[in-house]
Amino acid sequence: MYAASATAELLQTRLRERYRSVRKDSVIVPLRTDEDVVHLRKQVRERALAIKLSLIDQTKLVTAASELARNTIKYGGGGEVQLELLDDGLRDGVALLFVDGGPGIPDLDLALTDGYTSGGGLGLGLSGSRRLVDEFEIDTRVGEGMAVSVAKWKR
Amino acid sequence: MERIPILRMGDLLLVTIQVDMHDRLAMTLQDDLTQRIVDDSAKGVLIDISALDLVDSFIGRMISNTAAMAAILDARTVVVGMQPAVAITLVELGLNLVGVKTALNVERGMALLGKSFR
Repeated sequence: MYAASATAELLQTRLRERYRSVRKDSVIVPLRTDEDVVHLRKQVRERALAIKLSLIDQTKLVTAASELARNTIKYGGGGEVQLELLDDGLRDGVALLFVDGGPGIPDLDLALTDGYTSGGGLGLGLSGSRRLVDEFEIDTRVGEGMAVSVAKWKR
Repeated sequence: MERIPILRMGDLLLVTIQVDMHDRLAMTLQDDLTQRIVDDSAKGVLIDISALDLVDSFIGRMISNTAAMAAILDARTVVVGMQPAVAITLVELGLNLVGVKTALNVERGMALLGKSFR
Protein backbone atom coordinates (compact mmCIF):
# COMPACT_ATOMS: atom_id res chain seq x y z
CA MET A 1 0.00 0.00 0.00
CA TYR A 2 1.08 3.52 -0.73
CA ALA A 3 2.43 4.86 2.52
CA ALA A 4 2.65 8.58 1.79
CA SER A 5 -0.90 9.35 2.77
CA ALA A 6 -3.66 7.66 4.70
CA THR A 7 -6.16 9.38 2.41
CA ALA A 8 -4.57 7.82 -0.64
CA GLU A 9 -4.97 4.44 0.98
CA LEU A 10 -8.61 5.11 1.81
CA LEU A 11 -9.33 6.23 -1.76
CA GLN A 12 -7.60 3.11 -2.99
CA THR A 13 -9.66 0.81 -0.77
CA ARG A 14 -12.90 2.51 -1.75
CA LEU A 15 -12.16 2.11 -5.45
CA ARG A 16 -11.02 -1.49 -5.14
CA GLU A 17 -14.33 -2.53 -3.64
CA ARG A 18 -16.24 -1.52 -6.76
CA TYR A 19 -15.30 -4.51 -8.90
CA ARG A 20 -16.56 -7.84 -7.70
CA SER A 21 -14.10 -10.08 -9.42
CA VAL A 22 -11.17 -12.26 -8.56
CA ARG A 23 -7.89 -10.40 -8.50
CA LYS A 24 -4.54 -12.09 -8.86
CA ASP A 25 -0.86 -11.51 -9.51
CA SER A 26 -0.91 -8.11 -7.87
CA VAL A 27 2.21 -6.03 -8.42
CA ILE A 28 2.99 -2.51 -7.25
CA VAL A 29 5.12 -0.28 -9.46
CA PRO A 30 6.45 3.01 -8.08
CA LEU A 31 5.97 6.13 -10.20
CA ARG A 32 8.63 8.76 -9.66
CA THR A 33 10.60 9.25 -12.86
CA ASP A 34 10.31 9.15 -16.67
CA GLU A 35 11.94 5.72 -16.61
CA ASP A 36 9.24 4.42 -14.26
CA VAL A 37 6.64 5.28 -16.92
CA VAL A 38 8.54 3.25 -19.53
CA HIS A 39 8.87 0.36 -17.07
CA LEU A 40 5.13 0.48 -16.35
CA ARG A 41 4.28 0.44 -20.07
CA LYS A 42 6.31 -2.76 -20.38
CA GLN A 43 4.61 -4.36 -17.36
CA VAL A 44 1.13 -3.46 -18.62
CA ARG A 45 1.94 -4.81 -22.07
CA GLU A 46 3.06 -8.12 -20.55
CA ARG A 47 -0.22 -8.47 -18.66
CA ALA A 48 -2.30 -7.50 -21.68
CA LEU A 49 -0.47 -10.19 -23.64
CA ALA A 50 -0.98 -12.72 -20.84
CA ILE A 51 -4.77 -12.45 -21.11
CA LYS A 52 -4.53 -12.25 -24.92
CA LEU A 53 -6.01 -8.81 -25.43
CA SER A 54 -6.20 -7.86 -29.10
CA LEU A 55 -3.35 -5.70 -30.40
CA ILE A 56 -5.63 -2.67 -30.53
CA ASP A 57 -6.86 -3.16 -26.96
CA GLN A 58 -3.28 -3.72 -25.77
CA THR A 59 -2.25 -0.45 -27.38
CA LYS A 60 -5.20 1.40 -25.85
CA LEU A 61 -4.53 0.06 -22.36
CA VAL A 62 -0.79 0.75 -22.48
CA THR A 63 -1.43 4.26 -23.80
CA ALA A 64 -3.96 4.98 -21.04
CA ALA A 65 -1.46 3.66 -18.49
CA SER A 66 1.21 5.96 -19.89
CA GLU A 67 -1.07 9.02 -19.66
CA LEU A 68 -2.20 8.26 -16.12
CA ALA A 69 1.32 7.46 -14.94
CA ARG A 70 2.54 10.79 -16.28
CA ASN A 71 -0.32 12.56 -14.47
CA THR A 72 0.61 10.79 -11.24
CA ILE A 73 4.18 12.04 -11.55
CA LYS A 74 3.53 15.50 -12.95
CA TYR A 75 0.45 16.57 -10.98
CA GLY A 76 0.46 14.15 -8.05
CA GLY A 77 4.13 14.58 -7.23
CA GLY A 78 4.71 10.86 -7.71
CA GLY A 79 2.96 7.82 -6.34
CA GLU A 80 2.45 4.26 -7.37
CA VAL A 81 0.32 1.97 -9.46
CA GLN A 82 -1.05 -1.43 -8.63
CA LEU A 83 -1.42 -3.90 -11.49
CA GLU A 84 -3.75 -6.88 -11.26
CA LEU A 85 -5.33 -9.50 -13.45
CA LEU A 86 -9.12 -9.68 -13.16
CA ASP A 87 -11.45 -12.63 -13.60
CA ASP A 88 -15.19 -12.12 -13.14
CA GLY A 89 -16.02 -15.70 -14.07
CA LEU A 90 -16.86 -14.84 -17.67
CA ARG A 91 -13.86 -12.95 -18.90
CA ASP A 92 -10.35 -11.85 -18.04
CA GLY A 93 -9.18 -8.31 -17.61
CA VAL A 94 -6.31 -6.11 -16.51
CA ALA A 95 -6.84 -3.56 -13.74
CA LEU A 96 -4.62 -0.62 -12.88
CA LEU A 97 -4.96 1.52 -9.78
CA PHE A 98 -2.98 4.76 -9.69
CA VAL A 99 -2.55 6.48 -6.36
CA ASP A 100 -0.80 9.67 -5.37
CA GLY A 101 -0.62 11.87 -2.30
CA GLY A 102 -0.70 15.10 -4.27
CA PRO A 103 -3.04 18.10 -4.28
CA GLY A 104 -6.06 16.21 -5.64
CA ILE A 105 -8.55 17.68 -8.09
CA PRO A 106 -11.01 20.38 -6.91
CA ASP A 107 -13.30 20.13 -9.95
CA LEU A 108 -13.45 16.64 -11.42
CA ASP A 109 -15.89 17.51 -14.21
CA LEU A 110 -13.58 20.23 -15.40
CA ALA A 111 -10.53 17.97 -15.16
CA LEU A 112 -12.33 15.40 -17.31
CA THR A 113 -13.02 17.92 -20.06
CA ASP A 114 -11.02 17.50 -23.25
CA GLY A 115 -8.39 20.18 -23.50
CA TYR A 116 -8.53 21.35 -19.89
CA THR A 117 -5.14 21.38 -18.22
CA SER A 118 -3.76 22.88 -15.05
CA GLY A 119 -0.18 22.22 -15.99
CA GLY A 120 0.56 23.26 -19.56
CA GLY A 121 -0.11 19.84 -21.08
CA LEU A 122 -2.61 19.05 -23.79
CA GLY A 123 -5.38 18.25 -21.31
CA LEU A 124 -5.93 14.79 -22.77
CA GLY A 125 -4.51 12.68 -19.95
CA LEU A 126 -7.68 12.01 -17.95
CA SER A 127 -10.35 12.59 -20.60
CA GLY A 128 -8.41 10.74 -23.28
CA SER A 129 -7.48 7.74 -21.18
CA ARG A 130 -11.10 7.37 -20.04
CA ARG A 131 -12.03 6.72 -23.68
CA LEU A 132 -9.34 4.06 -24.02
CA VAL A 133 -10.48 1.75 -21.21
CA ASP A 134 -13.69 -0.12 -20.24
CA GLU A 135 -13.82 0.92 -16.58
CA PHE A 136 -12.73 4.28 -15.25
CA GLU A 137 -13.23 5.61 -11.72
CA ILE A 138 -11.68 8.52 -9.87
CA ASP A 139 -11.71 9.33 -6.21
CA THR A 140 -10.04 12.44 -4.91
CA ARG A 141 -9.76 14.66 -1.89
CA VAL A 142 -8.43 18.15 -2.32
CA GLY A 143 -5.08 18.62 -0.65
CA GLU A 144 -4.72 14.93 0.11
CA GLY A 145 -4.42 12.95 -3.06
CA MET A 146 -6.25 10.98 -5.65
CA ALA A 147 -6.78 7.48 -6.94
CA VAL A 148 -7.70 6.48 -10.47
CA SER A 149 -8.86 2.97 -11.21
CA VAL A 150 -9.08 1.64 -14.77
CA ALA A 151 -9.70 -1.76 -16.29
CA LYS A 152 -9.79 -3.32 -19.72
CA TRP A 153 -11.65 -6.56 -20.36
CA LYS A 154 -10.88 -9.15 -22.97
CA ARG A 155 -13.62 -9.11 -25.60
CA MET B 1 23.72 10.19 -22.52
CA GLU B 2 21.19 8.11 -24.42
CA ARG B 3 20.30 9.57 -27.85
CA ILE B 4 18.33 8.62 -30.92
CA PRO B 5 20.53 8.73 -34.04
CA ILE B 6 19.72 11.15 -36.85
CA LEU B 7 20.94 10.17 -40.32
CA ARG B 8 21.52 12.61 -43.17
CA MET B 9 20.59 11.65 -46.75
CA GLY B 10 21.30 14.57 -49.07
CA ASP B 11 19.20 17.41 -47.75
CA LEU B 12 16.95 15.08 -45.76
CA LEU B 13 17.25 13.95 -42.17
CA LEU B 14 16.06 10.46 -41.29
CA VAL B 15 15.14 9.40 -37.78
CA THR B 16 14.08 5.87 -36.95
CA ILE B 17 12.68 5.58 -33.46
CA GLN B 18 13.25 2.03 -32.29
CA VAL B 19 13.08 2.30 -28.52
CA ASP B 20 10.26 2.99 -26.11
CA MET B 21 11.13 6.63 -25.42
CA HIS B 22 10.90 8.15 -21.98
CA ASP B 23 9.91 11.80 -21.92
CA ARG B 24 13.39 13.28 -21.60
CA LEU B 25 14.64 11.20 -24.52
CA ALA B 26 11.74 12.53 -26.64
CA MET B 27 12.65 16.11 -25.70
CA THR B 28 16.32 15.47 -26.50
CA LEU B 29 15.33 14.18 -29.92
CA GLN B 30 13.25 17.31 -30.56
CA ASP B 31 16.20 19.52 -29.62
CA ASP B 32 18.71 17.48 -31.63
CA LEU B 33 16.48 17.47 -34.71
CA THR B 34 15.94 21.23 -34.78
CA GLN B 35 19.67 21.77 -34.30
CA ARG B 36 20.53 19.35 -37.11
CA ILE B 37 18.05 21.02 -39.49
CA VAL B 38 20.04 24.22 -39.10
CA ASP B 39 23.51 22.62 -39.04
CA ASP B 40 22.86 20.47 -42.13
CA SER B 41 20.60 22.96 -43.95
CA ALA B 42 18.04 20.17 -44.21
CA LYS B 43 14.92 20.70 -46.30
CA GLY B 44 13.04 17.67 -45.07
CA VAL B 45 12.72 15.44 -42.03
CA LEU B 46 11.49 11.87 -42.15
CA ILE B 47 10.49 10.33 -38.82
CA ASP B 48 10.00 6.57 -39.02
CA ILE B 49 7.83 5.32 -36.15
CA SER B 50 7.09 1.86 -37.57
CA ALA B 51 8.81 0.24 -34.60
CA LEU B 52 6.81 2.23 -32.03
CA ASP B 53 3.96 0.26 -30.47
CA LEU B 54 2.70 3.32 -28.60
CA VAL B 55 2.34 7.04 -29.21
CA ASP B 56 0.88 8.79 -26.19
CA SER B 57 0.04 12.48 -25.82
CA PHE B 58 3.59 13.39 -24.84
CA ILE B 59 5.25 11.69 -27.80
CA GLY B 60 2.45 12.96 -30.06
CA ARG B 61 3.01 16.49 -28.91
CA MET B 62 6.76 16.12 -29.41
CA ILE B 63 6.11 15.03 -33.01
CA SER B 64 3.69 17.94 -33.62
CA ASN B 65 6.07 20.45 -32.09
CA THR B 66 9.03 19.11 -34.03
CA ALA B 67 7.06 19.47 -37.28
CA ALA B 68 6.08 23.02 -36.34
CA MET B 69 9.66 23.98 -35.46
CA ALA B 70 10.96 22.37 -38.65
CA ALA B 71 8.40 24.35 -40.68
CA ILE B 72 9.63 27.60 -39.15
CA LEU B 73 13.17 26.52 -40.09
CA ASP B 74 11.97 25.90 -43.67
CA ALA B 75 12.02 22.12 -43.51
CA ARG B 76 9.09 19.79 -44.10
CA THR B 77 8.37 16.85 -41.80
CA VAL B 78 6.76 13.56 -42.71
CA VAL B 79 5.97 10.88 -40.15
CA VAL B 80 5.99 7.41 -41.68
CA GLY B 81 5.06 3.88 -40.73
CA MET B 82 2.51 4.41 -37.99
CA GLN B 83 1.00 1.08 -36.90
CA PRO B 84 -2.80 0.82 -37.34
CA ALA B 85 -3.37 0.14 -33.62
CA VAL B 86 -1.38 3.26 -32.78
CA ALA B 87 -3.42 5.36 -35.22
CA ILE B 88 -6.72 4.10 -33.74
CA THR B 89 -5.53 4.78 -30.21
CA LEU B 90 -4.26 8.28 -31.07
CA VAL B 91 -7.62 9.31 -32.50
CA GLU B 92 -9.56 7.93 -29.52
CA LEU B 93 -7.17 9.66 -27.19
CA GLY B 94 -8.12 12.87 -28.97
CA LEU B 95 -4.77 13.65 -30.52
CA ASN B 96 -4.92 14.44 -34.21
CA LEU B 97 -1.33 15.51 -34.91
CA VAL B 98 -2.35 18.83 -36.48
CA GLY B 99 0.07 20.03 -39.12
CA VAL B 100 1.93 16.74 -39.35
CA LYS B 101 2.18 15.10 -42.74
CA THR B 102 2.13 11.31 -42.71
CA ALA B 103 2.91 8.55 -45.17
CA LEU B 104 2.54 4.78 -44.98
CA ASN B 105 6.22 4.00 -45.41
CA VAL B 106 9.64 5.58 -45.96
CA GLU B 107 9.42 5.34 -49.75
CA ARG B 108 6.11 7.21 -49.87
CA GLY B 109 7.41 9.68 -47.32
CA MET B 110 10.38 10.43 -49.56
CA ALA B 111 8.02 10.86 -52.51
CA LEU B 112 6.00 13.33 -50.45
CA LEU B 113 9.18 15.28 -49.82
CA GLY B 114 9.90 15.31 -53.55
CA LYS B 115 12.63 12.69 -53.41
CA SER B 116 12.92 9.33 -55.09
CA PHE B 117 15.07 6.28 -54.46
CA ARG B 118 15.79 5.95 -58.16
